[in-house]
Amino acid sequence: MRSRRPPIAAFVPSLFFLSLIPFIFLTAVAQSDLETGENIAFAPPEPPTGVIALDHVYDCGEMIDISWTLSAADTAGGPVTGYEIFRAEADSFVSVSVLPLGTNTYSDEKIIAGTPYRYRVAALYTGGAVLSEITPPVSAGTEIINWNLLNLFVIGLFVCGAVIYYITHAKRGKKLFIRKIAGLEAIDEAIGRATEMGRPILFVPGINDMDDVQTIAGITILGKVAQVVAAYDIKINMPVSRSLVMTTARETIKEAYIGAGRPDAYNDDMVRYVTDEQFGYVAAVDGVMVREKPATCFYLGAFFAESLILAETGNSIGAIQIAGTAQPAQLPFFVAACDYTLIGEELFAASAYLSNEPKQLGSLKGQDVGKFVAMAAIIIGVIAATLAEFGAGSFFVELSDIMHKLFTVEN
Amino acid sequence: MGFWEIFGVWLAALLTLGIISFLYRDNAFYKACEAIFVGISAGYWAITYFWDNLYRKFYLQVSDPAGTEKYVPWIGFVLGILMLTRLFKKIGWLSRWPLAFIIGATAGLYMMTYFVSNAMVQISASILPVFEGSFGDIITNLLVSGGTFCGLVYFFFSKEHKGVFGGAARVGIWVLMLTFGASFGYTVMSRMSLMLGRLDFLFGDWLKLIK
Repeated sequence: MRSRRPPIAAFVPSLFFLSLIPFIFLTAVAQSDLETGENIAFAPPEPPTGVIALDHVYDCGEMIDISWTLSAADTAGGPVTGYEIFRAEADSFVSVSVLPLGTNTYSDEKIIAGTPYRYRVAALYTGGAVLSEITPPVSAGTEIINWNLLNLFVIGLFVCGAVIYYITHAKRGKKLFIRKIAGLEAIDEAIGRATEMGRPILFVPGINDMDDVQTIAGITILGKVAQVVAAYDIKINMPVSRSLVMTTARETIKEAYIGAGRPDAYNDDMVRYVTDEQFGYVAAVDGVMVREKPATCFYLGAFFAESLILAETGNSIGAIQIAGTAQPAQLPFFVAACDYTLIGEELFAASAYLSNEPKQLGSLKGQDVGKFVAMAAIIIGVIAATLAEFGAGSFFVELSDIMHKLFTVEN
Repeated sequence: MGFWEIFGVWLAALLTLGIISFLYRDNAFYKACEAIFVGISAGYWAITYFWDNLYRKFYLQVSDPAGTEKYVPWIGFVLGILMLTRLFKKIGWLSRWPLAFIIGATAGLYMMTYFVSNAMVQISASILPVFEGSFGDIITNLLVSGGTFCGLVYFFFSKEHKGVFGGAARVGIWVLMLTFGASFGYTVMSRMSLMLGRLDFLFGDWLKLIK
């Protein structure tokens, strides 16, 4: 059989398909360019407008704030890729920072106070950058008074005024009422127990230095404890972790012994420095506890992770334990493991109550005035905010705003 | 592992066991570890204070010819010397001056910081509309505003806790105890992780029982 050649028509579909290949190839290239965003030349977008450079208020001339209106082309999928801030001290501009899309503020902190600077902002796009207008020269200056903190000043002045008023009041011999604090009544009981058992008292003033008000409060209570200790001739043992605390505690106990008419009974070894290292100190205090078996343990001051270790060891030797600290994270441990705990401000109140000093008593009363203001503010603010939420009127909306602003601190 | 590295691991492991042995009872092994810990740490801090304060903050600044504030460290130095006057009976009273300076300066420096963080921010955050949002939000807002108010009542020392005032104070102490309970659980868990770290060292680095 003779072979038959295929007719030309049979090639037409194949030719048609082949002719499509360059078209498909070019379309694919173009599409991939779109997807990767490469090799596409956009027309320059609109530049940022309304650029303003101002001295940052209420600082020491450390900052200039720049703000601008975003480029009209700053949209999702638009040509703008970000912004660049330029600063000029003389004629030439230098780049200060590059910021992401959608940013319209910047604070320049790399400046010298008093030097005038001009700024311009560039909108960056694939093909380059379009620059804004240049701002007029601006220099950073110092503001002596920060009016943003006026509310803090007024409230602080009011509380301090109350403190001074009550201190003066107490100094004139007027009696200031302070309610009894449960933990304090236990102090005499605890010292009495040590006397009966003929065992020593352990006093731990925390692990912070004399620059912590909790340590100071602890040392003040130590003064009262030492008076009773001196009167009943009980041994007091006070290991400390700070040299300054050692010095102050020795002074305090010595004065108490002199006051009790028994200066000869005082011994510097009552207060011993151990180490500044937190857990080294704890290891030593634990050792003292199990070897000397004090009848009473006082933990009054600033405590950290050692609180539960100390309180548990004291518990294991059967000592009566009185603790007091203003460290919120450690209070749960003392509450769980001690017989009495002075919670937070009770420690300072106890210090004032026991010392009976006009300054401490007046300070405590003045702080009570501050707390009264806080309580009143919370009640008024909550009622106003709740009524405003129920649409009770614009008065309550404004009152709620005022209460918020009064206690909000802006720097 | 080199000799000194192995030696270090063994020493650390034995010291760890020595301190842990206190859980059983006070013993000679614990006493030895305690003495080593206290002695080394006291020496370490003495040297640290010397080089950090006397050398770096005082000597280097005072002896720097380009130093702009080279006279400031002398204030600290003089106050430090005054502390030592307590060794002499006649002028021992001078040692109270540096103490007064430290306590007064610290109180002044921290007054505003604490006033803002412990008072102003707390009050501002407690002013909430109590009946807004979901049931959960209402409970949260009531707890925050009511709890703060009752807590303040508890710490008010100018009035006896009697009547309605006493009732609010009782609610305040309940709120505090609930907070302490949550805090207790949270901290115990973090301490457990510390213990696991030590066990990991003993069974991993030392005994090689875990990899």
